[in-house]
Amino acid sequence: MKWYILKRLLMLIPVLLGTSIIAFSLINLAPGDPARTMAGEHASQRTINAIREKYGLDKPLYIQYGIWLNRALHGDMGRSIVSNEYVTKEIFDRFPNTFELTFFAMILAIAIGTMAGIISASKQYSALDYTFMGIALFGVSMPVFWLGIMLMMIFGVYLRWLPIGGRINILIPFHRITGFYLLDSIITGNFAALISTLRYLILPSTALATIPMATIARVSRSSMLEVLRQDFIRTERAKGLSERVVIYKHAVRNAMIPVITVIGLNFGLLLAGAILTETVFSWPGIGRYVVNAVRMRDYPAVQGCVLFFALVFVIVNLVTDIIYVYIDPRIHYK
Amino acid sequence: MMKNRIWLALLMGVGLICSATFVGSAALAGGTLVFGSSGDAVRLDPADVTDGESIQRMDNIFEGLVEYKSGSTEIQPCLATSWETSKDGKEITFHLRKGVKFHDGTDFDADAVVFSLRRQYDKSYFPWHDYGEWAYWGYMFYDVAKMVKIDDYTVKLILKNVNASIMTSLAMFTVCIVSPTNAAKWGPDTFKHPAGTGPFKFVEWVKADHITLEANDNYWRERPKLDRLIFKVVPDPSARLMALEVGEVQGIEYPDPTHFDRIKANPDLKLLTEPGMNVGYMAMNTGYGYKDANGNGVRDPDEPWVKTPGYSEPLTKKEVRQAINYAINKKSIVDDIYKGTAVVAKNGMPPFMLGYNDEIEDYPYDPQMAKKLLAEAGYPDGFEVTLYVMPVSRPYMFDPPKIGEAIQSYLAAVGITVKFYQVDWGTYLQETEAGNHQMCLLGWTGDNGDPDNFMNVLYGPNACSIGTAGNYGFYNDEKAQDLLSKALQTYDESKRAEYYQKVQEMIHEAAPWVYLAHSNQNVVFRKNVEGYVLHPTSRKFFYPVWIE
Repeated sequence: MKWYILKRLLMLIPVLLGTSIIAFSLINLAPGDPARTMAGEHASQRTINAIREKYGLDKPLYIQYGIWLNRALHGDMGRSIVSNEYVTKEIFDRFPNTFELTFFAMILAIAIGTMAGIISASKQYSALDYTFMGIALFGVSMPVFWLGIMLMMIFGVYLRWLPIGGRINILIPFHRITGFYLLDSIITGNFAALISTLRYLILPSTALATIPMATIARVSRSSMLEVLRQDFIRTERAKGLSERVVIYKHAVRNAMIPVITVIGLNFGLLLAGAILTETVFSWPGIGRYVVNAVRMRDYPAVQGCVLFFALVFVIVNLVTDIIYVYIDPRIHYK
Repeated sequence: MMKNRIWLALLMGVGLICSATFVGSAALAGGTLVFGSSGDAVRLDPADVTDGESIQRMDNIFEGLVEYKSGSTEIQPCLATSWETSKDGKEITFHLRKGVKFHDGTDFDADAVVFSLRRQYDKSYFPWHDYGEWAYWGYMFYDVAKMVKIDDYTVKLILKNVNASIMTSLAMFTVCIVSPTNAAKWGPDTFKHPAGTGPFKFVEWVKADHITLEANDNYWRERPKLDRLIFKVVPDPSARLMALEVGEVQGIEYPDPTHFDRIKANPDLKLLTEPGMNVGYMAMNTGYGYKDANGNGVRDPDEPWVKTPGYSEPLTKKEVRQAINYAINKKSIVDDIYKGTAVVAKNGMPPFMLGYNDEIEDYPYDPQMAKKLLAEAGYPDGFEVTLYVMPVSRPYMFDPPKIGEAIQSYLAAVGITVKFYQVDWGTYLQETEAGNHQMCLLGWTGDNGDPDNFMNVLYGPNACSIGTAGNYGFYNDEKAQDLLSKALQTYDESKRAEYYQKVQEMIHEAAPWVYLAHSNQNVVFRKNVEGYVLHPTSRKFFYPVWIE
């Protein structure tokens, strides 16, 4: 197992190298010049040239890549062309926000999604089954920004139960240490900040959770149905075990492998930011940042983000694979 | 039993979270204003920003030698108490205000003024020059040779050429005065730690979320009435309005025009609206530009007029361009696409500016006349033309694709077939500056409130330089350049106005542009926010604001 993890981590090197080359080529193939975009309407050629020179954009592509790679290997992802800030800092200013949102959304999606899937499967073709799957279909097909606005209208404007958007009530004094607001408010013993953070998390994580929730519900239903048709289930029922034990103790565990795969994939995807949810809920996450970086042709920022996302994705996949072992004893890694 | 306890705990938790609503809204202090901005600042160095969001923050932290009078583009003393201009108009001596302190506690003096400007123009001023792009210096202050210190509280601005717009330019954010001590302390990271002399001091910047400023207790004028000013990023316009409705923010920018009825119907809100200092237009490439070989921004005798890449025979004819002006129903575009938040434009600069020619009669919407002119020009069956359509909305042009479609159908009605061309924004600017377009949608938001900043930058034949053009109609009547240059070299305002009015007449006749609209600037506040005055440049000054 240890060797397996080490091997997988070593695999990171070619993956990251490959990703960085692809990202670098793609953004350079796309039309648009970062120096021109940045300088705005009516900038003088001299200004544009100065920007180009400063960021090394006047050099041949392979040299640009070489310089970037050399610096990246030394842990320096360079400064953003647009903001002049270190890309690493830009990422770590935003990633904790995205992580907290994703984490909450996934907990919600997993809890409700798997429950709905299991219940639907065990009561196949019942009214409950149709209701859950109907809702799930609604969930996958609903535009997130519309749902977000609706949630805000109902819970923010009419009922006034929850805030409209943002990370925390900015009027509450708050000391940021790690950037993870929940963690920071616990570390500093700031109870007001903790409550505020939770309140600001509810609506966006609900909106973000709908699509993965629906996917998880549908996958767990079909996986459960498959398991429930297998011989060992019949044997258990014949043995006289209660339906509760059959379903929750034996069937669920066997049905979880595909569900975990889906959860892992969704988690990885959401960690790369959810641009629509972030925009609607004024969430200072990484999704908005990377989209803006692409729009502005901010090469160092895009490179840094892509590399970071690749890293996150690989780690999430690795964790998923390790979880398999605990769920299904038949799986071994060498 | 255990399970019940968990449920009880959960229930209590939910109750606590919901009840905190009331705590949250009661915590609003009287002196704090949260302003909902559409985006985050990019940098916090006034000389190194070009975007409206950064400027919004800068304008409340920094000040320049001169400033605009409230709500106008006239200037008044600020960090300079007075100034005099030499006889030849090439030297301006400023007397500086004494006893002013930067937010970092150091004194404001001549060294700070020289530092703030010199880092922008002096390439050998190491390392300060390398810390920024100084994007505005090149085209707003190209006539400045240098700023020199005379004594601790006197500086002299030395110009290469007489430039009548220089005083208004000095009210721009670009030449705000920064603390040299602070710059030395933070080096290349100064853009994150601003220290000026303005009414508000920088407190914190949480990226993509908010920037907090607090009142400068040592301000040289009366202390601002607000204790704190927070710019909170709320990118979505619907969310921005909702945040304002529930009082999470007390003011917002860029409200969605489709929400205006909702805003007006809400007694807790007030909509402030005023014509903005901008123009949105469609330019028609008249065919000839010049290559600015020496990059001096002026067409020299050895730089001949040559065909632009987007040369199109029909558009070289005045009658065709006039016909296109007759064929487009601007009123309908303003009503339906700008949703009435703009006024129809007939000239290339906003009506409230010096030298605006109100005598000019706009081309009315008259498709019959258009057809007649096309036939006279030799195109009775029309022709095919390409229109560059902007990929982004700008303050001067909402929804360019819709405007493009409207133009397409108006021109189809008189027999002209319009094909669309769309690329990303950076490439768009690059290609139009190179004159690749036959027709293009573009526009301009003024920088300093001086007519030169519209007339010369957008319509001057010197701006027909292929590759760096600002004159996208490639209107190249040299008589116009002559008048525009004269206007810049005289400080006599009535003379200047006369020159600009004449040029507008000439442009109207030659018709290389279809001027579409001057869009309004709109800001919405809660009813209890008082004292805010819209500025023609759309810059946002919160110094006089208070909350009832």
